[in-house]
Amino acid sequence: MTIGERIKAWWHRLGSPRWFYRVCRAWSPWLTAVGLVAIAVAFGWGLAFAPPDYQQGNSFRIMYLHVPTAILSESCYVLMGVAGLVLLVWRMKIADMVIAAAAPFGLAITGLALATGMFWGRPTWGTWWESDARTISVLVQFFLYFGVIALREAIPRAETAGRACAVLAVVGTVNVPIIKYSVDWWLTLHQPSTFTLTKAPAMPPSMYLPLIVSILGFYAFFAGNLLARVANVILARERGTQWVQSLVAGPPGGVMSCDGGREERA
Amino acid sequence: MSFDSFTDFLAMGGHAAYVWPAYGLGLVVLAGLVLAPARARRRFFAVEGERARRFASTQRDAARTGAAPRMDAEGARDASDPT
Repeated sequence: MTIGERIKAWWHRLGSPRWFYRVCRAWSPWLTAVGLVAIAVAFGWGLAFAPPDYQQGNSFRIMYLHVPTAILSESCYVLMGVAGLVLLVWRMKIADMVIAAAAPFGLAITGLALATGMFWGRPTWGTWWESDARTISVLVQFFLYFGVIALREAIPRAETAGRACAVLAVVGTVNVPIIKYSVDWWLTLHQPSTFTLTKAPAMPPSMYLPLIVSILGFYAFFAGNLLARVANVILARERGTQWVQSLVAGPPGGVMSCDGGREERA
Repeated sequence: MSFDSFTDFLAMGGHAAYVWPAYGLGLVVLAGLVLAPARARRRFFAVEGERARRFASTQRDAARTGAAPRMDAEGARDASDPT
């Protein structure tokens, strides 16, 4: 098989919910576990071992939670935007399921980024909330996630709802570069990015290494959690099919509560 | 270790009131994110399993009385989406 044929075959398989369900179930626990371990290591490292900031003292330790969640809130939206484009252009069912699964995760993680930002802002800026470009653009993103969830609930026909959500996901992606560059484009209290691709970080490695571990951990956790959610959406959408019903029935004469048994038949 | 004692660690140089609630909230949200899909999955199998058992029993009844059994496709949609 040439590489082109391989990609075509992979693309075709991606269109199969049953195949994708198996991939989700196989990868989700590992990615989640690796992510949670990395996050635990990064939190312990950042909270107890990283040196205090020379200006902010120990409040800067919120960074190890705030920065990864803020990055993830943007990445999650970009993923929804890409999935939206794939749905609108190629009508791939999986893309719609990814949007449905990603929106609640994005809402929760963006809320957490906003809340941890407030806990960091109070001792650093002297205020819980400062309505500037960065905070407002993140708040807009929070409502965009909410909009994607509410839109799906509001439209009874699944296919129409999926396309409407895809449009909102694609259009809403315009907000992501606004969030990213808000600290450069406008005067803002918010400090500029911790990491850039072009410059060495302003922090010593003892401060930024735990942050890198935390960011990677959050990404792995995101992937694992998203796959678990996509698996659920696939089950719900495909509940009328033979393969889901045989999962529900479980192995003949087997124990219903045994998940492993179900997987064998998937 | 960046702190001299465990008490120092807890005090966070006077910023305990911001650092610990932030991390506490973070752990709660992470736990919620992990538990939500696991619970939705269990609920899906509980609801669908129950429906399949009900269908099997109506089929048995129908076989006894001679009526044709039908799976209610729309009725199957009322369970909430386990996202």
